[in-house]
Amino acid sequence: MSKATKQSYIMNIVAITVLYFILFSLIKFGVVTQYFGGIATLTCIMIIMATSLNIVAGFLGEMALGHAGFMAIGAYTAASVSMAIMGSGLPDLVILIIASLAGGVVAGIVGIGIGTPSLRLRGDYLGIVTIGFAEIIRIFFINFQPTGGAEGLKGIPRIAGLSSTYWIMIVVVALIYTLGRSKYGRAILSIREDEIASEASGIPTTRIKVLAFTISSFFAGVGGSLYAHYQGYLDPNKFQFMYSIEIFVIVVLGGLGSITGSILSAIILTILPEFLRQFSEYRLLIYSLVLIIMMIFRPQGMLGKYEFSLRKFILRFANRNEADITKGSEG
Amino acid sequence: MAVLEAKHVTMRFGGLTAVDDFNLTLEKNELVGLIGPNGAGKTTIFNTLTGVYLPTEGEVLVNQTSILGKKVSEVVKMGVARTFQNIRLFKDLTTIQNIEIAYDRFIHYNLAQALFRAPAFFKQEDKAHDYCQELLEIFDMGEYAHTKACNLPYGKQRNLEIARALATSPSVLLLDEPAAGMNPNETAELMETIDFIRNKFKITILLIEHDMSLVMGICERILVVDYGQTIASGLPEEIKNNPDVIRAYLGD
Repeated sequence: MSKATKQSYIMNIVAITVLYFILFSLIKFGVVTQYFGGIATLTCIMIIMATSLNIVAGFLGEMALGHAGFMAIGAYTAASVSMAIMGSGLPDLVILIIASLAGGVVAGIVGIGIGTPSLRLRGDYLGIVTIGFAEIIRIFFINFQPTGGAEGLKGIPRIAGLSSTYWIMIVVVALIYTLGRSKYGRAILSIREDEIASEASGIPTTRIKVLAFTISSFFAGVGGSLYAHYQGYLDPNKFQFMYSIEIFVIVVLGGLGSITGSILSAIILTILPEFLRQFSEYRLLIYSLVLIIMMIFRPQGMLGKYEFSLRKFILRFANRNEADITKGSEG
Repeated sequence: MAVLEAKHVTMRFGGLTAVDDFNLTLEKNELVGLIGPNGAGKTTIFNTLTGVYLPTEGEVLVNQTSILGKKVSEVVKMGVARTFQNIRLFKDLTTIQNIEIAYDRFIHYNLAQALFRAPAFFKQEDKAHDYCQELLEIFDMGEYAHTKACNLPYGKQRNLEIARALATSPSVLLLDEPAAGMNPNETAELMETIDFIRNKFKITILLIEHDMSLVMGICERILVVDYGQTIASGLPEEIKNNPDVIRAYLGD
């Protein structure tokens, strides 16, 4: 482990912890309302959804428009698991983690099942197929009586608070980051850059594509689990096509291929509509306008493919020499 | 012992026979040229040798093992690497990342070790990084390690593609028109590079080329194809004076 890597680990951990305590004390001492805490939790969930979609949409460069479907699978699975083991006396956090892992694993397995046949297609065609699969999943849950069918699933333990959601989000983002900076991440990127050259360089492209799709669906499942345990109620129609599009828009706006871009964009696009509530009539108008202006002036998204690095940022402020800054690629 | 063998390879696309009864044996450390007019089927031959196309008839052996039914990436693992006529680099990635991707199968850690950054991850990554940096130094491109591939000068891009192919540690290297778009100086440099890597890595090279100075200058043996047929094969001197070859290139 290089010195730069260690430095950036420490800086990031400090920043994450400080941010957590700021958030918490703001809510605890009543500076902001409980309502704000709810939005912050939803933002964390949206960050998980956006960063996980970024694996397929940004790193792999494929159009996947069925992310809400995997979220639904994760949500329903995790809710069923936690409802089953709720009385067992385990602490809430342990139950939440077990349920989220279960949700992620099932979503991941479905991801393999859907990804294997559909990743033969590319671009718009893959987009259409993934929409189709996500709709199948939604309609399945509307008709599946054991999980409440069209009425929705009620009585899910509300065990996902802001702090547990925040920390799970941090873990998910960290894992997606390390994935991107490993040989697997490089293989995924190489497929985005040139699939033929990638195969000719010895990368088993089909397997890597399915891997990317599976990991992406796994984390979508985790996001779904947190959503279920935050809301305490699941309505299958929440996971419709427009919701997938919403997540996709966050990723595109943040910058395809940039994790920090997705985070920033998820925060803005979850909070912005809340602030616009005062102008409720014009809310959607402003929202759409922001998107259009953004796409005209910055079509590559807010950060493009660039990753924000706290270490480089701090070093730049400390006025250290440039050469030392550019040497460490870890952020 | 033959490193790469093509036995009676025929490739048909519907009614069109792109390659007809093509035979080739490459011995270890040979440097062979494949020439022919445009549309003669040279690139199709390359594609059958690398497993992109499944030949209609015949078979291809790499180190005595058939590649039929194998995926392109599996053929690469068996020891056949190639470059492309129109450069195909991972443009948005850095030079060293381009190499590291091709070096992938020599980097040993699993997904869990990568996600949780186990010590093995750092060890293997550092090792890979050093190896790839060394490979770049051989090509005199060490200082470009962190430059995006698309920002490299044209000649360097060609070199990077060759370096990337070498990172898969092949026994045979197929070069598809490596001198395309190069000026005479760059071509002369390329000739030196090809000669150098052949001796340095002890590999066999088969190259497609239109630049006759390059082909005649470095190839030990030349194959000429036209309309999918092999019309001549032999030493450069023989090829130069072969009436069939002259007819194929200049017409009757």
